[in-house]
Amino acid sequence: MTSTAEVVRAARPAVGGERTIARDNRRLKWLMLAPALAFVGLMIVFPLFYTLNLAFTDAFGAVNAAHSYVGPRNFLDALGDTRRFWPATGRTALFTAGAVLLETVFGLALAMLMRKAFRGLRLLRTLLIIPLLTTPLAIGILWLLILDPTNGIANHLLASVGLPRQEFLGSVSQSLPTLMLIDVWQWTPMLTLLLLAGLSTLPDEPEEAARVDGAGTWQRFRYVVLPMLGPTLGIAVVLRSVDALKTFDLLYATKGPGGGSDFEVETLNIYAYGLTFDYQEYGLASAVLVLFTVAIICVVILLRRRPGGRSG
Amino acid sequence: MPADSHPGPPPLTRRSFGRLAAGVLGGASLAACAPGRDAPSRDTPLRVMACNHVWSQAISKYVPEFEERIGRRVSMSMLTADQLSNSYNVKLNASGTDIDVMMMRALQEQLLFAHNGWLADLTGRVTGDAAFRWTDFLQAARDRSTTAGKVLSVPIVTERAALYYRKDLVDSPPATLDELMETSLRLTDRGGNVFGFVGRGQRNGSVSQWSSFLYSFGGDFTIDGRSGIGRPEAVTAYEFYGRLLREAGPPGATNMTLEQAMPIFAQGKAAFYVDADSIYTNFLDPKVSTVQDTVAFAPVPAGPKGARPYNIPSWSLAVSRFSLLQDEAWEFLRWAAGPEMVARIQADGIPGARTSAWSSPATLASFPPQLAAAMSKSSEIGVGHDRPEVLQVGRARDIVGRPLVAGILGGSVPTVVRDADAEFAEFLVRDNRYREA
Repeated sequence: MTSTAEVVRAARPAVGGERTIARDNRRLKWLMLAPALAFVGLMIVFPLFYTLNLAFTDAFGAVNAAHSYVGPRNFLDALGDTRRFWPATGRTALFTAGAVLLETVFGLALAMLMRKAFRGLRLLRTLLIIPLLTTPLAIGILWLLILDPTNGIANHLLASVGLPRQEFLGSVSQSLPTLMLIDVWQWTPMLTLLLLAGLSTLPDEPEEAARVDGAGTWQRFRYVVLPMLGPTLGIAVVLRSVDALKTFDLLYATKGPGGGSDFEVETLNIYAYGLTFDYQEYGLASAVLVLFTVAIICVVILLRRRPGGRSG
Repeated sequence: MPADSHPGPPPLTRRSFGRLAAGVLGGASLAACAPGRDAPSRDTPLRVMACNHVWSQAISKYVPEFEERIGRRVSMSMLTADQLSNSYNVKLNASGTDIDVMMMRALQEQLLFAHNGWLADLTGRVTGDAAFRWTDFLQAARDRSTTAGKVLSVPIVTERAALYYRKDLVDSPPATLDELMETSLRLTDRGGNVFGFVGRGQRNGSVSQWSSFLYSFGGDFTIDGRSGIGRPEAVTAYEFYGRLLREAGPPGATNMTLEQAMPIFAQGKAAFYVDADSIYTNFLDPKVSTVQDTVAFAPVPAGPKGARPYNIPSWSLAVSRFSLLQDEAWEFLRWAAGPEMVARIQADGIPGARTSAWSSPATLASFPPQLAAAMSKSSEIGVGHDRPEVLQVGRARDIVGRPLVAGILGGSVPTVVRDADAEFAEFLVRDNRYREA
């Protein structure tokens, strides 16, 4: 009969072998992670810390020129700037909230419409993808030509049906709504595709049960489909919101530096870009970017917070 | 000898991995940030960064001649003016050695680039080379190329404000700004989508074209180092230009830079257009213009203080201080801005900066006679700048342009001028501080 102690002794080499394997696995894990870590370190962590460092300096003209640390002055200057910073913050919020809200509503409507197969569905799906595949810069130039107040086709069409000509992107008041609608035109398909994928994973039974219980179309959508689609909808809105907050190409291509003559579409991104490349005020630009990054993180946390107070 | 239970290299612990990663990251960062300082080989091309401009297109035809002469390939990149400026900011901020020759706007960028130490000093080269004939360049252009007593660039293209007009709509060009206003208002037919006047109206982009109006009303951006935009003559100039575009201009004028305004005139939808004389070829090209037979040229009309259009060196060539091919880069400047090439380029219709080219009947013959006369007159009476002469030209233009936008939109110009004047005064103090730093 073998004693317990002998069993343990006999098992020792095996335990030692497992430890070696575990140690090798750990080494392998770090080696496999190394390229990704190096990439994240070089492309994300280093620029973030470099920007944070610059935000506390008076760097101007050339980044590599001598500069001094000025403490939180740049942050205070930015936060005290009611002429450019706060209006840009407001426009960023307005553009994001307006565009994402419309994209969500239209995206959900289109997804519900395309949930059931019908003639021409494939063609519709293909057409929906086209704006997604086009670069925002090209879309900006395309719409700039279409909406040109004097030579654009949009005003020719309006005039041909007896409607008054519009200034569209040439107008201080119409520019932001016009750009929000262009963004909605481009990005609604993304919401549609994400929500369509979410809808396809939902079980049919709850909806069937509700139908048997006499629930109408709207009730089934409101009380059955929408709650079940909640997690997918949440992720889709977060992804799109972060993307909309960062919108740059479309705004710059259509309105140029400073977001137009009256800064009418100047968002925080456009403002920070102008501070960097038009004004060469790297310290202030970095402070604005740090504040913008903090704002984006706050938005993500807010959007990911579930009604019960737990983060999703 | 005891047996080693762990043969081979020491185990890679988390700590040692962290050290290794930090080392690799640090090394890679430094390697990425530090430009290569090795001596260039014979295969290294001479890199010329240029704006996509008629001058660059013209010179690129002759570049093979230069390549043969120096025995080195030339790599010429052409970008839009804004992209070019951004490219310099990115590359020269990293002390990049991949730019040798820089095409730049002396009035927009030279002070800043000089402040940053990005430009090679060419003083000895331009003055020590008799064949280059530095004194042959127009005095105003030479002044703009010189910062703190050092020649940092060589002018290649000059521009003056010009009035483009439709000879089928008016018998003769307006002689005064009041006549321009009156005729523009009379010819405007908004229902018919035809406008009396078109010009740049975008806050930043319009400043250079508005400058001729400002000078003709007797104003300037700065007077004795202080803001001049709050003075009555500047307010009148703001109100005049604003009314001209608001009442006789096309819709959406505040979004118009050269790219938007020029096609409106080229498509026959405006009677008058004030912009740089160097763009005239756009109206003679039947591929983009419907007015090639009806366009005519004149000097900018006179204001209360006479006709005072800008007359500036719009583009220059410089050598990057970080270039490893300084001699070859200078050789390119010597060739591209030399008397012979300037005469050839000007004969292609691109106005240069050499007096010898301007006094040659052969080169003048390349311009339409009316335009040549307008250019000649503007050269005599012109002002040597079309924007504030400061380090941060971009910010200055944004401030100075605000009342222009208010005027075009029909807002209260004096109110916005007061605000902009205070901001500009504060800006000038800060700009001076940067200059002295």
